Amino acid sequence: MAYAAGVDVGSTLTKAVIINEDSQIVSRSLIDTGANVVKAAQKAFLLALEDENLREEEVSYVIGTGYGRYKVTFGNAQVTEISCHGRGAAHMFPGTKTVLDMGGQDTKAISIGDNGDIVDFCMNDKCAAGTGRFLGAAALALDIPIDDLGPTALKSEKPVKISTTCTVFAETEVLSWLGKGKKIQDILMGVHSSIASRSVSLLRRVGIKEEVTFSGGVAKNLGMIEVLNRALGMKMNVSDDSPYMGALGAALFSLDYIFESRIPMREKIV
Amino acid sequence: MREEMNIVGRGARDGAKLFRDWFSELSKTAELGNPAAYVFVMGSMAEILRVFDLPMVFPEINSLQTAVRHVSSDYLNEAEDYGYSPDICGYVKADVAMQLRGGEHPMGRIPKPSIAVLTNACNTYLKWGEIWERMYGIPMFAIDVPATRQAGNPSQPGSNQFEREKKYIIAQLEELIELCEKITGITFDIDKLREVMENVNKMTVSFKRMLELNRSKPSLFNALTDGTIYLGVANTFRGTIEGVKYFHNLVEELEYMSENGIGTLTDEKYRLCFIGVPCYPIFRRFNEMFTEWGGTFVTSTYLWFATGGTNLGFQYDLSNPLDSLAEGILISVRDAMASMFNPEIPLVKMIDDFTLDGVIYHPIKSCRTVSTGLADNRRALMEMKDIQTLFIESDMMDTRVVSEAQMKNRIDAFFEGLASRKTREAVGEI
Repeated sequence: MAYAAGVDVGSTLTKAVIINEDSQIVSRSLIDTGANVVKAAQKAFLLALEDENLREEEVSYVIGTGYGRYKVTFGNAQVTEISCHGRGAAHMFPGTKTVLDMGGQDTKAISIGDNGDIVDFCMNDKCAAGTGRFLGAAALALDIPIDDLGPTALKSEKPVKISTTCTVFAETEVLSWLGKGKKIQDILMGVHSSIASRSVSLLRRVGIKEEVTFSGGVAKNLGMIEVLNRALGMKMNVSDDSPYMGALGAALFSLDYIFESRIPMREKIV
Repeated sequence: MREEMNIVGRGARDGAKLFRDWFSELSKTAELGNPAAYVFVMGSMAEILRVFDLPMVFPEINSLQTAVRHVSSDYLNEAEDYGYSPDICGYVKADVAMQLRGGEHPMGRIPKPSIAVLTNACNTYLKWGEIWERMYGIPMFAIDVPATRQAGNPSQPGSNQFEREKKYIIAQLEELIELCEKITGITFDIDKLREVMENVNKMTVSFKRMLELNRSKPSLFNALTDGTIYLGVANTFRGTIEGVKYFHNLVEELEYMSENGIGTLTDEKYRLCFIGVPCYPIFRRFNEMFTEWGGTFVTSTYLWFATGGTNLGFQYDLSNPLDSLAEGILISVRDAMASMFNPEIPLVKMIDDFTLDGVIYHPIKSCRTVSTGLADNRRALMEMKDIQTLFIESDMMDTRVVSEAQMKNRIDAFFEGLASRKTREAVGEI
């Protein structure tokens, strides 16, 4: 049995996925990227190997993706996260025509053609508003763990309107709403709605076609899923594996190389 | 082999030399305190100004040179410290800073203006000219080119409307001539105008031929990098013997390359069109991000609008110079505007003619005139033609909005898509 892997080094999280010849995920790992990008990539890959008791040499091909893709030094090749999220989403949900990938510092809208190719894409430019970083700033200001953001926001009855589009100033605005006595859940719902609004705007630029698949680390946030579903007027495809879609796409590209027998030598980690 | 060494690359070498000479002449003019005309690439009125021996300064070219030479930030910061907003055109701000420095420029010293001549092809030209009016008390002469920006302008040569518009331009040219006589003390000489126009005729024929030659496979020049040299010479040496010789030689070089199968890239995989203004702060690296994938720009709208419509090859009737000059201005300046606002119309045909694989849209933060509407253009083109496109935004001057990592990510993703498409085409899936 040959295995293929993808390592997605994002700004916040690093994910690794190993798949078998049948394109099924056999193991996965997710860790904080931290300051040492090379080590994060290695660690994530080794954790995924351990998860399935695989030896490194059993994985024939590794592709790095994400902003740190060139830091996957042990990998065979690099593919952009745009292509990988598109590929991963279309594999996980074959009816996918549009992908929303929300990561730590960028959000991508990807349009998928009938044959699974990427037709168009659009990303946030030079600004982290509308990305996971915006949520991180709110969590910091409100002293709430990231994982509690979504469930807390869903308790909101009277959401506030967050007017700033700047992640840095968002913290100030959140604090000003707190000063006015607004409930934390209402402020958080405002934050979620603000991000959703910017994300839907990105999606409109590439054209929103059903089915829409949600990928990236923020796809774990139940509050964000709910707000986006409402804004889009449809239910997005979401899976527990949504944060791994980029790594999965990279692993699928790796499998292509294995089937084409284009396997160069790969540097070993251990 | 010897012949190849002499011919191939001559355009780049000679272009660089002409450029150095041109800046050196400007420095001399500045040192002597002689008069100079400030003009723009979209309708320089070189034909008239050369009759009066007025050296021409192209502020747009001065400004982009500060970016290519990696000092634009210094100039922009200085203009912003003076009070100009970060949102104002980077070309304007670099020029303002250069004026504040007394003409200090990385290529030499730029003379002060005695007159500014512009057209309404760019909204900012008028406001820019007003700055010099205030700084130096010089006259700003704006040629108002009547035009609708509607695609397929209804006023065509031969129509009554066109004839009325031509008279309007002639009247403005006569006023410009009077003003130039007053500034220089030189009497207008219509035969000298004919000479300059004849040179322009020869240059434009060669320029058009140069553009057409890049249909060759592999392509003969890179419309972004080589093209910027060509359009620099086309503007600064318009109507001169040097300009005629340069483009004559360039055509000879490109024909030689075409006949001998010599391309600009050793392994050309993707033929691209560039829409917009280049990213000058990382000019070489920007291009490399495409060539690394085997992509090259075989054509660009920049070579159309930034030459004021020279791409058309319009031929002046030398028996009726002023009338013909007015006609040429109407046709070429309008075409420059159309190239900015409706590039999708000629592009639809060029995609087949130049066997293009993709179109790159590069809107820039500094220039809303050229960038507004590009998203619409792109959508319109994609509706008319099944072609891969990429939309990346940065700037032609301001490094604060140029993010190489973000650009590379998008460019890589674009090529990954193109590669996948080519594979599908190869196996008959498309």
